[in-house]
Amino acid sequence: MVTQPAFKAGERVHVRQVDSQGHIRTPHYIRGKTGVIERFVGFFRNPEELAYGRSGEPHRALYRVRFVQSHVWPDYGGAAGDTIDIDIYEHWLQPVNPS
Amino acid sequence: MSHDPADHHGHGDHAHGHRHPNQPDHDDTLTYYRKLEMAVRELLIEKNIISADEVRKVVENIESRSPEGGARVVARAWSDPQFKQALLEDATAACASMGFEMALYDVQLTVVENTPDVHNMVVCTLCSCYPRMLLGLPPAWYKSRAYRSRAVREPRAVLREFGLELPDTVSVRVHDSTADLRYLVLPMRPEGTEDMSEAELAAIVNRDSMIGTAVVAAPK
Amino acid sequence: MRAYHDLGGTPAGPIDHDEHALQLWEKRIEALLVLLTRKKILRIDENRRGLESLGSEAYFAASYAERRMLSMSNNLIMKGVISVEALAAKIAEIESRVDPLP
Repeated sequence: MVTQPAFKAGERVHVRQVDSQGHIRTPHYIRGKTGVIERFVGFFRNPEELAYGRSGEPHRALYRVRFVQSHVWPDYGGAAGDTIDIDIYEHWLQPVNPS
Repeated sequence: MSHDPADHHGHGDHAHGHRHPNQPDHDDTLTYYRKLEMAVRELLIEKNIISADEVRKVVENIESRSPEGGARVVARAWSDPQFKQALLEDATAACASMGFEMALYDVQLTVVENTPDVHNMVVCTLCSCYPRMLLGLPPAWYKSRAYRSRAVREPRAVLREFGLELPDTVSVRVHDSTADLRYLVLPMRPEGTEDMSEAELAAIVNRDSMIGTAVVAAPK
Repeated sequence: MRAYHDLGGTPAGPIDHDEHALQLWEKRIEALLVLLTRKKILRIDENRRGLESLGSEAYFAASYAERRMLSMSNNLIMKGVISVEALAAKIAEIESRVDPLP
């Protein structure tokens, strides 16, 4: 079991742009987008493995990641401050290095 | 076993003649899916995997859960700052302390707080995750294609369809409940309720305000 | 490629606010899922995966309760908990009952 989450609150992360098959808990619309870790939620068994009757181990770190809506939807019609929070597992996230 | 008549008549929602136009499978029509449910249930009972009594008890448990549960939690949070803090930090534990049985659902509960600056609303775009332990079974619209599709992309248009128009000074924060968390919105306590008891407060909290498609109005 | 159940952001019409009160048989489907989960026969993740394997036509044609039932029975067959033969025989027997819905 993993004991330390790789990311901490406030860190910028990139959601992997993976065109996979199988049971996936990362929505299609958020893949390839960049957000900020809002919080580390905990370690959970991996639902993408549990869905096939396997153990789901090792446990995976789960985060709540916050995205700015106008970044997620380029034609977003709401206010600039609108955001969306999504629960995303660590294996779907990559660090964004400040340039 | 069969679905014995006493059991069948004991439960209410279907009994008052509500007929949904898109739900032709009335309680008195033996559709394929009803046969499938009966067949699977009876086979599982014959194999001693489950019992008829267990099914009846779980149905009763499901029926015992309603938005009144969530409303009690909200009213407590409005009345007791310490409880509110505990609720926002660990909602699963805080609700368990009020007697809500969470173990049945194997998920973590999270409460998000509305403020003058932020309005939260909850959706599950991948399936229909919903805090059943506090609100009961989700309404049809929450499970619908329209809500699941649109709530993330045009939340303000969706809120307007629910009769809620928010100024741009309030940020709309959508929560797409994709994994092992279930979200409950803690609505803002309306003005003019300072003298109300916890029970009186619980009575004014509506279901949709805890999903985030409504607010709690001040009592007239 | 977006899977058909992965609906976020896809075009859709107005929201139907009509409240559909669940019938007893629909609540029983939820109860069966709770019991099978509690007894560690079926995980809710497996039932979700089953929903995503129904095909889009069946997924959108069926109601919420109906598709959860379909996924459940498919999963139980796949796991060997019930057999196709026993299920077919049981359905035929239910159809032959004088008053299947007392």
